[in-house]
Amino acid sequence: MKAAVISFPGSNCDDDLVHAIRDVVGECAVKVPATATTLAGFDLVLVPGGFSYGDYLRSGAIAKFAPVMAALKQFAQAGGYVLGICNGFQILTEVGLLPGALQWNTSLQFICEPEPLVVANADTAFSSRYEAGQTITLPIAHGEGNYYADPATLAEIEANHQVVFRYAHNPNGSLNDIAGLTNVAGNVLGMMPHPERAVEQLIFGTDGLGVFESLVEATKEGVYAEN
Amino acid sequence: MYKAKIFVNYKPSVLDPKAQVIQNTLTRLGDDNVSHVLVGKYFELTLTAACQAAAEKQVARICDEMLANVNTETFKFTVEEMAVAE
Repeated sequence: MKAAVISFPGSNCDDDLVHAIRDVVGECAVKVPATATTLAGFDLVLVPGGFSYGDYLRSGAIAKFAPVMAALKQFAQAGGYVLGICNGFQILTEVGLLPGALQWNTSLQFICEPEPLVVANADTAFSSRYEAGQTITLPIAHGEGNYYADPATLAEIEANHQVVFRYAHNPNGSLNDIAGLTNVAGNVLGMMPHPERAVEQLIFGTDGLGVFESLVEATKEGVYAEN
Repeated sequence: MYKAKIFVNYKPSVLDPKAQVIQNTLTRLGDDNVSHVLVGKYFELTLTAACQAAAEKQVARICDEMLANVNTETFKFTVEEMAVAE
């Protein structure tokens, strides 16, 4: 698997993602600047957490217009796997690759703690290494992780089984306890919890490994080979 | 030259925790006759355009594409021609 990790000015989880994929999972991962205009040759594109462009205007609102976004949209529309984590999830909703939006946590507090999640759908490229209904613990670290979609969109999301992870104890007010969901096609996942921060026993355990191992499996099948 | 004054607000259906906190605090301070608080963003853009209609069209596009997230927010604006010093 060859993964690209997009680095925006203000991203701060890009190195963590490269570390998780390269040093822990043992696959190839490189950082790609937000000024890049192509994502050719990659099997997977990761949009990392952080505070892209200082979260000015809204989280992800300026990243939406970064030069790399045209290539990212093209990559996703051609069926390439895209994973957005935390600020990456916010960016993917802003750019329209995922439905809905992330609002301020109802508590108005930045929450940084391990959070139990229930795997709602294990039949995706991002979650095949988990069991449906399994509870895993991943760290969250966000002020704006409160998932919102209008009632019609939310009904559509549920009908299509797009929710992959739900909070066991909703920490931020997210509708339907949504912690992570895919697009209709299932090749784009956005999630607020950080799997890349839970890949080693030393810190937060290894519950996040399954996300990356699922993707290794999915890309091995050559579903998406060229761009 | 035209000046656009733009207001971006949450849709009424979207929970606004910041407005809620302000209202709760006002109530606690005795201003309990305040029945609704709306927190939004205000922008001013100064731009050149061929005419008023062109300026309005451009501002609407900018709001739609960038300044507001149409999933959760609505926007309204006014555009006025500015007096130009000779």
